[in-house]
Amino acid sequence: MRLIVPLRGVIQGRGGLFVGSLIPCCLFYFLQLYLKGRRPPPSDPTELPRTSSRSNLFSRGNSIGRVRVSSRAAPVAKPSDSPYYIGLERVKTDPYDRILNTNGIIQLGLAESTLCFDLLQRWMSENLMESIMQSDHGEFDISSIAMYKPFEGLLELRVAFADFMSRIMGGKVSFDPSNMVITAGGTPAIEVLAFCLADHGNAFLIPTPYYPGFERDIKFRTGVELIPVHCRSSDNFTVTVSALEQAFNQARKRGSKVSGILFSNPSNPVGNILSRETLHAILEFAQEKNIHVISDEIFAGSVYGDKEFVSMAEIADSGEIDKSRVHIIYALSKDLSIPGFRAGVIYSFHEDVVNAAKKLMRFSSVSVPVQRILISLLSDVKFIEDYMTTHRQRIRNKHIRFVEGLKQLGIPCAESGGGLYCWVDMSSLLTSYSEKGELELFEKLLSVAKINATPGTACFCIEPGWFRCCFTALADEDIPVIMDRMRQLAESIRS
Amino acid sequence: MGLPLMIKRSSNNNDNKNNVVELSRVAVSDTHGEDSPYFAGWKAYDENPYDETHNPSGVIQMGLAENQVSFDLLETYLEKKNPEGSMWGSKGAPGFRENALFQDYHGLKTFRQAMASFMEQIRGGKSRFDPDRIVLTAGATAANELLTFILADPNDALLVPTPYYPGFDRDLRWRTGVKIVPIHCDSSNNFQITPEALESAYQTACGANIRVRGVLITNPSNPLGATVQKKVLEDLLDFCVRKNIHLVSDEIYSGSVFHASEFTSVAEIVENIDDVSVKERVHIVYSLSKDLGLPGFRVGTIYSYNDNVVKTARRMSSFTLVSSQTQHMLASMLSDVEFTEKYIRINRERLRRRYETIVEGLKKAGIECLKGNAGLFCWMNLGFLLEKKTKDGELQLWDVILKELKLNISPGTSCHCSEFGWFRVCFANMSENTLEIALMRIHEFMDRRRKF
Repeated sequence: MRLIVPLRGVIQGRGGLFVGSLIPCCLFYFLQLYLKGRRPPPSDPTELPRTSSRSNLFSRGNSIGRVRVSSRAAPVAKPSDSPYYIGLERVKTDPYDRILNTNGIIQLGLAESTLCFDLLQRWMSENLMESIMQSDHGEFDISSIAMYKPFEGLLELRVAFADFMSRIMGGKVSFDPSNMVITAGGTPAIEVLAFCLADHGNAFLIPTPYYPGFERDIKFRTGVELIPVHCRSSDNFTVTVSALEQAFNQARKRGSKVSGILFSNPSNPVGNILSRETLHAILEFAQEKNIHVISDEIFAGSVYGDKEFVSMAEIADSGEIDKSRVHIIYALSKDLSIPGFRAGVIYSFHEDVVNAAKKLMRFSSVSVPVQRILISLLSDVKFIEDYMTTHRQRIRNKHIRFVEGLKQLGIPCAESGGGLYCWVDMSSLLTSYSEKGELELFEKLLSVAKINATPGTACFCIEPGWFRCCFTALADEDIPVIMDRMRQLAESIRS
Repeated sequence: MGLPLMIKRSSNNNDNKNNVVELSRVAVSDTHGEDSPYFAGWKAYDENPYDETHNPSGVIQMGLAENQVSFDLLETYLEKKNPEGSMWGSKGAPGFRENALFQDYHGLKTFRQAMASFMEQIRGGKSRFDPDRIVLTAGATAANELLTFILADPNDALLVPTPYYPGFDRDLRWRTGVKIVPIHCDSSNNFQITPEALESAYQTACGANIRVRGVLITNPSNPLGATVQKKVLEDLLDFCVRKNIHLVSDEIYSGSVFHASEFTSVAEIVENIDDVSVKERVHIVYSLSKDLGLPGFRVGTIYSYNDNVVKTARRMSSFTLVSSQTQHMLASMLSDVEFTEKYIRINRERLRRRYETIVEGLKKAGIECLKGNAGLFCWMNLGFLLEKKTKDGELQLWDVILKELKLNISPGTSCHCSEFGWFRVCFANMSENTLEIALMRIHEFMDRRRKF
């Protein structure tokens, strides 16, 4: 990101200036990459020859070095420099509590919903034990939960999930349980797909702004790169084929092999619902370039606007495109508010991908007793339908309140129809219309207004001033508190 | 608001229709190993599984190291100590809400404390475990893979003593791109690791320009069913210090040692060492799948003496988290010291008796086993039955055992054993009756052979 910003200015230039500036910039860029690759693993500052004061058993008279971790592990333990994680850490030091800590930092940086916990809690208290302990003969038979079961998930769970997904996506598309693999959450789902669809060093195109967690999920271990495809507020941050085309061609010139396109729908952090036309266009683009399409539909059940949600599965089913390039990710963390349970799905139309993913599930499968709970939960059609209807209503109401509150402060939000957050335009509060200005505002929000909202920089947004605010863990009484703090901050900035 | 451009499909776009979209090398590789004999026997079992009542002439599965001998203890505990499902967190126990949202890769503190306590109990209190050094993973398979990602880069190697668990070929190499260089062990000293074998393996790697990052052992060993001697552990650690590499000890069968005093964990060796530069190369893998017979729960752990590794593993564990519900359920069970003490004791005893049954039974049929003292299997020597002491000879015999005796056992070659004719036979995943039937089939087979 840091290198792309200055380059962008050059690329948008013209003719001779373009070529004359681009080449040295590229050379510099590649020199950095080369040097980075050649640098030995970070040496430990305490790596000095040691005299032995240890037991004779290990005394060799010579020094022994500090043992090293792999170079792919080395960056992982370092403190993150992404505001996404920085904000989450800051909240932990001083978390807001309605009663015990009214001056604490209010968490708007975590896309979680607690709006329908009461419903879930009631279901769990009535059904949990039965769903785990029950067996065919009515008595408890431990082998039903203790023994090895297929890593890709019990068949009954895949059937229940297929039905559930179809239901929450409006019943317009059906899912085949044999194309489905159950994963320990959405995080391994995306990683496994990345491992299967791209080699180390290949890349996925990804429209910006995007979920900051993808940086870790995809880059930590697979070695796959993410190439941003910039979207603009003038399009309400909807990806265009021309932007895809441009990013693809630039990647090719740099010698990067693009293996696929990854996007979220409903999108995160903007909350857009992609239209049928857009989905078709993305798929046709992928067909033309012969690459994969990964549709992250983790918020499909959290649609509160009027626009209908359409799954990529529905588009893939219709027509002449080779659907074996289409893959979908889903999880229960957002729609059903149970991220702790760790249950996600890879749904692929490619038989070999399904087979490889099944085998890879040995590294990320769901605890069998939890699978049993989920089978009961997802098959309880009446409960699920009530839950989904209520959840949607509650998100919608909260969304209206939140957006209205900001509007009254002269702070607009992007149009959105899904997700657990809104995409807020705080550019009027920036002291300078730049990334620097945005990060300053982020810091003021944290330390002065005591609100953690995720700045657009963390999501690789190219327009400064946008912030993602998650509102689905808020009680109604929290909203005036937030708006009051925002008002005070806005006044102090604008004065 | 801009509208997306529709792509015009030119009429001679046929290429695209025939262009099959590519998959990655990881996806198409056969490093998952499911085409090897180790897994081919499973297919035969799946197609014709033994059942005491419904299919008494079916294939008996003796290739799966699963522990079912102490299920009754678990069942009783779960039913009795669990009125109204309180253990499952359903009735207002430290709540559903916390569980549902909790996806912190640190893991539930109460559960980590319970795991630490359980691991200490298994080792008879000879070593202490710090709950903050425990990183949870969805099973030991994930723990081994995760450690490999952290300790080694693609094309680096881990040294692993043979014979070893066939799954390592997949778990340690498939996605990580790391190689395994075998440390050859043989029956002349009961397959114990020698300093010469270690050095030889190391030199082999160096000769091939492969960087060695660590040694990975399983203690007690799978497939040998025997503990690693204390002296060997000390030599191993010494070797790792000299070469400045890591030492990973997979102690997944530590609770299945028949006599607790015979097990020395690498933790015990490290316990009295103050020198951080020695300690921080040691990592232990554990899981509840074997000792507690709960492979379905998917609970594994990495215990590392290296702060950096702990931090890194924790962050990377987001790809393989244990469900908070599961952590919650097990925390109370594993903290119940009265239960765990009884369980560990009875489980060891029952495994010992099973082991004796099978070894005696085999002896009566004229078959010797390696002297074992742990695990869910025995290491049987059928070398004397081989027509040719080669890999093919061994696989031929294995095939006969599968097809004629309808027993699925694991051939030594799938464990990379350098001597031919050894087989791993599991005994804890069946009833005592079934074990008797399996022994009977072996007796009859040996009788038939003697008659020729």
